[in-house]
Amino acid sequence: MAEITPIRTAAEVALVERFASLKDRLPGSGDIARRRDEAFALVAAAGLPNRRVEEWKYTDLRNAVREAAPLAERPADAAGLVDRASAFAGVDAVRLSFANGHFVAERSDLAVLPAGVTVTPLAAALAQGHPLLAEMGKVAVARGNFALALNSAFMVDGALVKVAAGTAVDKALHLRFVNGGTAPFATAPRVVILVEDGASVTILESHEGVGTAAYQANSVVELVAGKGTAVAHTRLNAEQVDAISLSTLAVTLGAEARLTSLGVVTGGGLSRHQVFLAFSGEQSSLTLGGATMLRGRQHADTTLVVDHAVPHCESRELFKTVVDGEATGVFQGKIIVRPDAQKTDGRMMSAALLLSETATMNNKPELEIFADDVQCAHGATCGALDDDLLFYLMARGLPRAAAEALLVQAFIGEALELVEDEAVRGELVARAEAWLAERA
Amino acid sequence: MLQINNLVVEIEGKRILNGLDLTVKAGEVAAIMGPNGSGKSTLSYVIAGKEEYEVLDGEILINGENILELEPNERAARGVFLAFQYPLEIPGVSTMTFLKAIMNAQRKAREEEELTTPEFMKRVKAAAEKLHIDQEMLRRGLNVGFSGGEKKRMEILQMALLEPRFCILDETDSGLDIDALKIVADGVNSLRDPARAFLVITHYQRLLNHIVPDTVHVMANGRIVRSGGKELALELEASGYADYREQAA
Repeated sequence: MAEITPIRTAAEVALVERFASLKDRLPGSGDIARRRDEAFALVAAAGLPNRRVEEWKYTDLRNAVREAAPLAERPADAAGLVDRASAFAGVDAVRLSFANGHFVAERSDLAVLPAGVTVTPLAAALAQGHPLLAEMGKVAVARGNFALALNSAFMVDGALVKVAAGTAVDKALHLRFVNGGTAPFATAPRVVILVEDGASVTILESHEGVGTAAYQANSVVELVAGKGTAVAHTRLNAEQVDAISLSTLAVTLGAEARLTSLGVVTGGGLSRHQVFLAFSGEQSSLTLGGATMLRGRQHADTTLVVDHAVPHCESRELFKTVVDGEATGVFQGKIIVRPDAQKTDGRMMSAALLLSETATMNNKPELEIFADDVQCAHGATCGALDDDLLFYLMARGLPRAAAEALLVQAFIGEALELVEDEAVRGELVARAEAWLAERA
Repeated sequence: MLQINNLVVEIEGKRILNGLDLTVKAGEVAAIMGPNGSGKSTLSYVIAGKEEYEVLDGEILINGENILELEPNERAARGVFLAFQYPLEIPGVSTMTFLKAIMNAQRKAREEEELTTPEFMKRVKAAAEKLHIDQEMLRRGLNVGFSGGEKKRMEILQMALLEPRFCILDETDSGLDIDALKIVADGVNSLRDPARAFLVITHYQRLLNHIVPDTVHVMANGRIVRSGGKELALELEASGYADYREQAA
């Protein structure tokens, strides 16, 4: 252990002690245990990321995580916790529920899964060495990432989901993560979704806080989408505003596939959502979107790495961030176009609306292009509400607050429009309206 | 209806209105003509309450009440309506949503009941038909992808729905072909009413063939320099603004 030296803070010391004391009780042995050790070695060697680490420059975890909260046990009343969740309640969906990171079978629709869909709770899958576990960790550009490694070391539960080849799933699959407790805790749920060739599915993911104590969530969802698949994914962060929320979406997108993923953030004290995506087959198209609404002292970071490793793929990224109060928004978007990825078509846009003098936005779009026959563009804007538009609306009779709300709604609405499902979009619009109503 | 006394206005330290006096009576259609840069659009913005203009002196009375301290929405609630020269586009806000929001906001300010959805739809449909505005346009984002003529018709639609008492038309003829101009003018003429007044701001006499004014005022150098009847517009059409530019200089 002598070579692992840069552990400094109390939280980092606690993490090392916790892993040492827990590792033999965490599910899985053999290969799984070896992978946990490797992942934790990375965590221990790097320490908590801080502003001197380029990819964490705007989100200093070492500063934010003063104490490492203990890994959550399965809550005694897990079902009761889940029952307090409200996200996507109005959307007809198959629910898979997780309380403080633990799979809650009694609040999951295992008995009525659509044809072609199979679900295995992760703890059981790890214990039995389920073959789908081989799909984990496939995205090269995600390797070495701190949050992903931390989850890989501590993952206790979650789910393995398989959508069989050619299945068009007619109901949305809703991954419902609910966090709540009366004492601080940490979570590390992991979900792997394999969408086999030609299948299509809508995936909803919600993260809600319903307790009284602050917590540290760190979820990972891995999506492996095969040839000719169509996946629509919507993620809602409605965590408690005193929570630290790390999340990762790692995607491998096969040939002739279509994926849309929208992340909506209204919750979390400090949050970071990471998307690592690798194109593994040609003629695929990707749309990534974000709609983030922040106030108070919230800090929300969205970090993307889109890896065009193969030719003839298209990616569109549209991220909207509204920042009020003393909040801080961060957008880091990197598009890599490898030497072989000719005819890549990539467009990335991040726009931020600052509603107060003390709001902050950090925009960092990056293009790394190694191929010579590509079309790539990125843009980043940051500004206040347009005075001329405000005057136009007020001159028609809208009071200032209502005029501002309408303009913010229009701004954020452009990202929400990426969701095709009307029921899902309706709920997101209602959440945006509720956020605005609180402002007035 | 409208009385402006000795209005002095600056923007970024530059004087635009220079002791302007103007009176418009209920039921009257008053035209303001003048060369570019004479302050016509500034006058319309200042009446509507745009923030960036600094009013140094004078008053604007609507039915005897000085409105200079009021927010634009409060002026709107008192019946002031400005049809913009360049109506703004608001992507993401459907025209229908917008119309309902502004109609109900004004009703609320006047302590009237909000419109029911069927009543709202009925009113919009009736007013839209008169202006040749189809349903598809109403579903689109406000003014997004509209032609110049469509934008101006949309302004008149809002005017018709809000039923203001004092309407300002700022260069409503700019960018319109003759057919569009006629539709817009018909829309305005159908709103003429003994209880309503209009201030029609225009550079050209053309619009005034279709919206025939009761009075014509010539503006130069930030003030009204001549007033007369509708024949004054024809005289200006023949002689141009050269005399007034010299007077201004």
